[in-house]
Order: sequence, then structure tokens, then C-alpha cells
Amino acid sequence: MENSQIIRIESLVKRFPMGKGEFTALNGIKLSLGQGEFAGLIGPSGSGKTTLLNIIGSLDVPTEGSVTVLGRSIGALSAGEAARLRKESLGFIFQSYNLFAVHTVYENVEFPLLLLKYSATERKKMVTDALDWVGLNDKIKSKPPQLSGGECQRVAIARAMVKKPSLVLADEPTANLDAANSHNILKTMVSLNRELKTSFLFATHDDKVISYLRRKIFLLDGRVDNDVIISN
Amino acid sequence: MIKFLFKGLIRDKSRSRLPIIVVAVGVMLTVFLHAYIVGFMGDTIETNARFSTGHVKVMTRSYSDNMQQIPNDLAITGISSLLNDLDREFPGFEWSPRIQFGGLVDAPDETGETKSQGPALGFGMDLLSGGSREPERLNLQKSLVRGKLPDSPGEILLSETFSRKLKVNLGERVTLISSTMFGGMAIHNFVIAGTLLFGQEGLDRGTIIADIEDVRMALDMKDATGEILGFFRDGFYNDDLALSEADRFNASYSSVSDEFAPIMKSLSRQGGMGTYVNLAKGWSTYISLIFIFAMSLVLWNAGLLGGLRRYGEVGIRLAMGEEKGHVYRSMIIESVMIGIIGSVFGTILGLSFAWLVQEYGINISGMMQGSAMLMPEVIRARITPPDFYIGFLPGIAATVIGTMLSGIGIYKRQTARLFKELEA
Ligand SMILES: Nc1ncnc2c1ncn2[C@@H]1O[C@H](COP(=O)(O)OP(=O)(O)OP(=O)(O)O)[C@@H](O)[C@H]1O
Ligand SMILES: [Mg+2]
Repeated sequence: MENSQIIRIESLVKRFPMGKGEFTALNGIKLSLGQGEFAGLIGPSGSGKTTLLNIIGSLDVPTEGSVTVLGRSIGALSAGEAARLRKESLGFIFQSYNLFAVHTVYENVEFPLLLLKYSATERKKMVTDALDWVGLNDKIKSKPPQLSGGECQRVAIARAMVKKPSLVLADEPTANLDAANSHNILKTMVSLNRELKTSFLFATHDDKVISYLRRKIFLLDGRVDNDVIISN
Repeated sequence: MIKFLFKGLIRDKSRSRLPIIVVAVGVMLTVFLHAYIVGFMGDTIETNARFSTGHVKVMTRSYSDNMQQIPNDLAITGISSLLNDLDREFPGFEWSPRIQFGGLVDAPDETGETKSQGPALGFGMDLLSGGSREPERLNLQKSLVRGKLPDSPGEILLSETFSRKLKVNLGERVTLISSTMFGGMAIHNFVIAGTLLFGQEGLDRGTIIADIEDVRMALDMKDATGEILGFFRDGFYNDDLALSEADRFNASYSSVSDEFAPIMKSLSRQGGMGTYVNLAKGWSTYISLIFIFAMSLVLWNAGLLGGLRRYGEVGIRLAMGEEKGHVYRSMIIESVMIGIIGSVFGTILGLSFAWLVQEYGINISGMMQGSAMLMPEVIRARITPPDFYIGFLPGIAATVIGTMLSGIGIYKRQTARLFKELEA
């Protein structure tokens, strides 16, 4: 069980229509990820990191090949099944936080639980816990415009983590943050990874992020160029 | 979830303010115009009812066939018993016999020679029996320019214009020359008690009003009358009720073979009033449709702009596993909330304006010069129960339609594409 696979990708190709022809963004990816990993897709701009992350997150579909996430084949899912996979098992963190601007910190973190139809008492406990993990329980009534960038990203992490998903996908989560806040955020995610056994998959070219990764998957021109596991 | 959406709406002013204002304005206009048109058309209907058609009118079949000629030779006879029957069997109406007649009014000089002459349209109605509501119904007291209402037999009212044309004064004698019910020549003297201003050119030209007993005497119409007008005791014209009461009367009194048998006709079955009544009924539908259409267009555009701003929100909700259909439906729920809030404000505003125009009226006498139809001089809105809810139909329909149209973009777009826009 220790290293059960949650992602398995074989011969993944992703092409986008472009003008008259097509553009190949991913070109024969083979990759698998185990439960509890803290891994990152690393590569220059345009190497296909976001594209791969979106397919794993069932926000997009493969052109060729197979992508299996938590036992479900991404290309074969209906829209409803894909939504259900995201709702129950996946958390997303983006570069530009994407919080609901007019809702409070508490309401932002509560939203995924509303979709999962948790009762009010369960929600209250889970939101409080999640805000404890990121150290924001003193700001539950604030709204995003009143928060710093680092605080916003911590709210986004709490929102992604509150339902305890199996896998969190984070696309350039530190791109808008200064060094101190970046380290703070990363330490939080490392400890959540340890305590909750949540798997993390990053897309990044930020050295600070890379320094925390326990596995570095290098992408180049839509292919896995190198895959390094750091043992400690 | 509803609570979440509602909070979003209330707090995000840019999401709610414009649509609520658009809906409130549209609903306000709908409600106000409805009350205004009901008031205006209703007043026109009531004015015509009071002066000529009643809410229902009883006459003989052949009189009704030739109503324009006011053929008093076809008058109803034996009306005392008919009036008793009407009072007993149709107590929802107040019954007022009237005689309309045409004739020539002749004003003599001191020597008895004709000084001036003019054609007149006369109304004989109950002015002298105590408790008659006819003077009040026709607003005679307030329409008096000079003199007083008749209080003894032989007195008559002339329109002010007519009296000037004839150059006659209060207390002077005029002679009515007309024809009796049996076709003979009728000559009768009256003393002028007062003059009236109706504010309607048709009436002001040559109207005379006398007590019905005097007119009976003058036209030899003992126990007879041209028409019996019925007025609903509880106020305004009600077409459905008028029609069904007329049917009820005709079933037992009317007869196809007897042209002198009485027949009852509702206001809407007399002359051009039917079209007018139907128009008045249809108006609320037309207004609502016009405003649904206009508001939907505005809200559609507002929704498109608002929707662009919300791609980020939609994208993140999809990422968190909300289904597209659910997002779309939640936007429609939001639009229903906006529709309700806007409609409440709009209805309150519309009712307030309508109330002002109901109380104070708008004087349109200047615009009405030369009009032949009997129209009220002062237009008053009339607030009726539908005014409290008709605004909600266009208000909610418009926001929902506007949102559905603008939201289709989000619905059709691929999840992945929404995501690309989210990153940007
Ligand atoms: N929907 C699309 N249509 C056409 N081309 C696309 C689309 N999405 C991505 N691409 C192209 O695929 C390539 C990989 O894009 P992707 O966003 O995955 O890169 P990335 O590694 O995340 O880069 P960055 O570090 O700049 O975020 C790019 O050249 C991009 O232009
Ligand atoms: Mg990217």
C-alpha cells in the first residue's frame, strides 16, 4: 500500500489545433506517481507543464494515450464523472489565487464542502481545521481584497485541502509571492503532505519550489527529459 | 448554496446593481402604465356609461337596432312594473330610466317672435325625486357655470355654449320643438335654471337636460322611457358580469318575435365600446410583453459584460468539481433573486407614482379639443389588484431570459478553454 499508484500515464500525446495545422504540446509522456509523493513538473516556459497538469486534473482530455488518475481513465470520463472526480478527490492551487472576492475567507474555504453537501456542523469543524493548518483562523471574516498575497495563497491552500483530497495540483503557486511568503507556503504544504498523506504535484520553474521537491520531473518540448527522486 | 449565491449578489454591487435598477425601472413603468391605462380607459368607459350606455342598458329590441336615431316611437312602455322587476331580480344594479331626444330649441324675444334657434340633444332623467343619484352621476352640480339645478317642474339646464349661442339668460323661457312618441308635433316651454360646462365639445355644443317627468309630458310618453340604464352598485364596469347579467335578463324577457320586448345590452355590446373594452382588457398583456422584451435585451447585454468578469469565478468553480449545468442553474437562481428584488422595488415605485396620479390626476383637456368621443378631462390612474403582481412577470422573466442568453456562452465553452482564460 505504501507506494500505491495514483497516477499512471502511458504514451500521452496532446495536440492543439493551431491555424490550419496542429501544435503538439505533449509528445509521448510516460509517468506514474505514487500516493504521498511531493513531486514537481519542471521545465522552461512552453514545455507543457500546465497542459499535463490540466489533463491529470481532468480539465482537459488526452489526444492519444492513456491517463489514469485514482483508477479512472481521464479520456473516457463524461463531463459529470470528471466533475465528480475533481469534487471528491482533487484540489487545485493556481498562481493567481482565484478566490471569490466578495466572500469571506471562511466562505471561500467552505465552498468545496457545500458542493460535497456536508452538514453545517461538519463544515464548521473542517473549515476551522483547514484554516488552522495554514494559520489563518484569526482572519475568517476578512475578504480577499483585504489580505496580502501570501495570505490569499494560504486561503487557496486551505480551500484545496479542506476536503482532504488524495491529490493536490499546484500550478506555479509561488509565482506572485516574495521569497519569505514562498517558503512559508511551501513549508505548510510539506507538513500537510506529511500529516495527511496528500500527494502534491507542482508545475514550476521556481528554484525555491524545486528545493522542497522530493521528486523532480523535468519536461522539455512535451517529453519527460529526466526524472529524479531525492532520497533522504 | 443559495445563501452563498445570495451573499455574492448582495455584496458584489456590480453584479446586482445594474440589473436591479433595470428591472426596477421596467417594472415601475409596467405597473405605472398599467394603472394609468386602466384609469384612463376605465374613466373613458365610465364617462360613456354615465352619459349614454350605462353599464347595461334595457330598451326594446327595435330601439336597440336603431339606437343612433334615438327612436322614441320605439320606447318601452309600462315601465313602472318593469322597473319593479329589475329592482327585484337584478339588485346588483341601480336602475335609471332616461329619455334621449333630439329637437329644436327656440328662444323668443319680448314680443314672442323667434330671437334665435338651435338644434339640441336632450336628456330626460330623474332630477326631482328626492334621492335620485343622477345629478351626482353626471357631476351636474360641479359642472354648473351659472344658476342652479332644477328644483321644480318645468325647469331646464342648457350647456353654457348653447345658451350663449341662443343669447338666453337664467330665468328666461325657451321652447322645445320635437316630436311625440306617436309621431305628432311636440311643443313644450321650459324655464332656464342653470347652465353647464361638460368640457366635451360634443356635449357642450347643444345639450339640454330636463327632469324625466317633464320630458314625458312634452313627448307624450306616459309610463314610458327610451332606455333604462343600469349601473353596478359597487362601482366600476365589469364586462364579464355585465355580459352574464344581460344574458340572464334576455333569457326570460327578450323575445325574437316581439320587437317591443325589452332587451338588455352590456356596455361592450353598444356601438364602438366593445373594441374599447377589449383593448382595455388586452393592454396589460401588451405592456408586459413589451417590457419583457426591452428589459431582456438590456439585461442580456449587462449579463454578457458581467459574465466576462466572472469567467474566473466560473473556472474555479468548475475546477472544484461543480458541474457546468449546476453553475448555469445557479446563475439563473441568482437572476430570479435579482428579478424578485428589482420587481419589489419597481412595484413599490410604480404604485407610488400611480397613487399620485390617482389622487391628483393629469389634466389633458388641452389635448382633447375637437374629440368627438366622450373622454374624461382629467386622467387619473386607477390602482387595481393586478398592479401588485403584474410587474413580477416581466421583472423575473426578463432577468431569467437575459441570464439564459448571456450564460449560454459559458455553457457551450469547453472547460479547458474556460481554464485558459482563467490563467490569463
Ligand atoms: N489551448 C491551447 N491551444 C493552443 N496551444 C496551446 C493551448 N494550450 C497550450 N498550448 C501550447 O502548448 C504549449 C505548452 O503550453 P503550457 O501552458 O503547457 O506550457 P507551460 O510549460 O505551462 O509554460 P509556462 O511555464 O509558461 O506556464 C505552449 O506552446 C502553448 O502555446
Ligand atoms: Mg504553465
